[in-house]
Amino acid sequence: MKKTIRALLGATALCGLAGASFAESHVTTLTIATVNNGDMVRMQGLTDEFTALHPDIAVEWVTLEENVLRQRVTQDIATNGGQFDVMTIGTYEVPIWGAQGWLVGLDDLPDEWDADDLLPAIAGGLTVDGTLYAAPFYGESSMVMYRTDLMEAAGLEMPDAPSWEFIREAAAAMTDEENEIYGVCLRGKAGWGENMAFLTAMSNSFGARWFDMDWTPQFDSPEWAATIDFYLDLLGTYGPPGAANNGFNENLSLFNQGKCGMWIDATVAASFVTNPDDSVVAESVGFALAPDNGLGKRGNWLWAWSLAVPAGSDSPEAAKTFVAWATSKEYTALVAENEGWANVPPGTRTSLYENPDYLAAAPFAEMMLQSINAADPTNPTIEPVPYTGVQFVAIPEFAGIGTQTGQEFAAALAGQQTAAEALERAQEITEEEMDIAGY
Amino acid sequence: MARAVTTRKKAAYTALAWAVGLLIFFPILWTFLTSFKPEATAIADPPVFLFFDWTTENYGDVQERSNYARYLVNSIIIAGGSTLLGVLIAIPAAWSMAFVPGSRTKDILLWMLSTKMLPAVGVVYPIYLISRDLGLLDSRIALVFILMLINLPIIVWMLYTYFKEIPVDILEAARMDGASLKNEILYVLTPMAVPGIASTVLLNIILAWNEAFWTLNLTTVNAAPLTAFIASYSSPEGLFFAKLSAASTMAIAPILIMGWFSQKQLVRGLTFGAVK
Repeated sequence: MKKTIRALLGATALCGLAGASFAESHVTTLTIATVNNGDMVRMQGLTDEFTALHPDIAVEWVTLEENVLRQRVTQDIATNGGQFDVMTIGTYEVPIWGAQGWLVGLDDLPDEWDADDLLPAIAGGLTVDGTLYAAPFYGESSMVMYRTDLMEAAGLEMPDAPSWEFIREAAAAMTDEENEIYGVCLRGKAGWGENMAFLTAMSNSFGARWFDMDWTPQFDSPEWAATIDFYLDLLGTYGPPGAANNGFNENLSLFNQGKCGMWIDATVAASFVTNPDDSVVAESVGFALAPDNGLGKRGNWLWAWSLAVPAGSDSPEAAKTFVAWATSKEYTALVAENEGWANVPPGTRTSLYENPDYLAAAPFAEMMLQSINAADPTNPTIEPVPYTGVQFVAIPEFAGIGTQTGQEFAAALAGQQTAAEALERAQEITEEEMDIAGY
Repeated sequence: MARAVTTRKKAAYTALAWAVGLLIFFPILWTFLTSFKPEATAIADPPVFLFFDWTTENYGDVQERSNYARYLVNSIIIAGGSTLLGVLIAIPAAWSMAFVPGSRTKDILLWMLSTKMLPAVGVVYPIYLISRDLGLLDSRIALVFILMLINLPIIVWMLYTYFKEIPVDILEAARMDGASLKNEILYVLTPMAVPGIASTVLLNIILAWNEAFWTLNLTTVNAAPLTAFIASYSSPEGLFFAKLSAASTMAIAPILIMGWFSQKQLVRGLTFGAVK
């Protein structure tokens, strides 16, 4: 045993020596926090191209799962920890953090970066009081993905801009429970970024809103009742069993195995469901805009993973140089050259949707652009609201409230309570939390 | 007289033990198998067990994207360092409580254990701010100290239980032979308690190796251990289960191998004093 202890001690000492690092003083090292998804991993892979252009800047990556990353960067920025020079954040964080003064304004990026080329809906979600606080890396909306073969067999034709009523009709026609084919797959898992993202966007098209202009919660309105009744009926009747546990990945898996007739979710899924390596239905997928009720708003959301520089960064200028590079037209061209046009980060720049090479390589591009343009984060609902955000409310309290109310609706979907009870609980929760927060 | 055990009974117990063992081991086995599957097979329903196109592509991808060696070295330093430091502090503490107990010893032991009842997230901001002000964010030293403090109650408790099994007469005999306190602990107590100390060390290395709250919250690049390595492969938007499984297998392999080699020691230590 003595030997074992000695060996352990020795190994620890050796590793300590091996782990000692030597700093290079003339090189600025940027620490970049990012999420684990295809586009971000590709950006990491192209780091050498950036450092070749800027030999005085080195880049270290911290890749984390989305929820861990959110917690990690929020903690760091709120305490001015200065651990990161560039953060990957979304359209929920940017308006809140920008208003708090936690982010460095990006209005002084070089002219060739071309801020005017950004899609207006995306730029609007990242701007606070006229200042752009984050540069969009890729944007996404939500849309209907459907099985063209099942649609044809049902004798129906999907319009480019379907109504919710048509979705219900098509779901009924496509459902074939004996063969485990369910008409529609939707998010049911509780969470502000899970079922509440879908339900909030959906409620916009039903004329509902989270708050009126006095910040009074509106779950007791007939519009919310109509939204939840329709959702529970649609997903409960024509959805897969156990839908209350399904988030993006679970539905992607079901769709790729041919078990969903339709799936309404993030546009980023388009490239997954049409990839023959991953999907058995890759050849028979069609796309349509998210549904509406003819009231003037569609049920699609808007999200942009964006790069921002925290105010606590030691090297804001080098950080801005990186942000400008990673979100530039030149970067898009670089990805196209290395990985093909289908793999460029989509949804941020007008010029991309005018590029014939891209339009030829990405059959879903047109639908995606229309979906993004159909969402307006600064004016998301039919009735006026005091907040911005399409599938969320850009206030710090929303993550907590959204998750709690999401649990109520997931419980209703699982049959543990009625729609009316869930709405009543949601109203109580929201009133209480908003009261505590002092609205 | 030993109880007679029939062959049938023996066979039934053996089968039961194997069944329980396999049940507990199954998640690790499944992770291992998934790490060799293509992504589409990884999510296949019904699941594919053994007959698929085995591929090492996931390991290649993980290796290409991440600096595994750096995470591994950090894990070894943090887990090993915090455990050794903890044991050095805990041996004298456990000695005093086991052999020269005062009227409040039991209370102290309970109080130490009560510190484990506070959820870690309750103190994340104070510890984050202290680390920031001391310039210890993303440093291995901070994690060695924090994990040592977190596991110290368990180390003291385990050692205390082992020490209590050692007859106090032996220590008294050493004292009568003129052994100083230092020599008594170093040359009489410690060698006798080696199985107990060894299993305490092993168990705490495992606990520290798998600790994923502080290691994720206080590190970014330089001090990030294997828990951060796994976290970088989890994704809520995209099915990358095969790559995640490959990363998990690589992260748990060292500790699993260590566990296998020290199995005898670990079981001996953990059951030490269980039967009187």
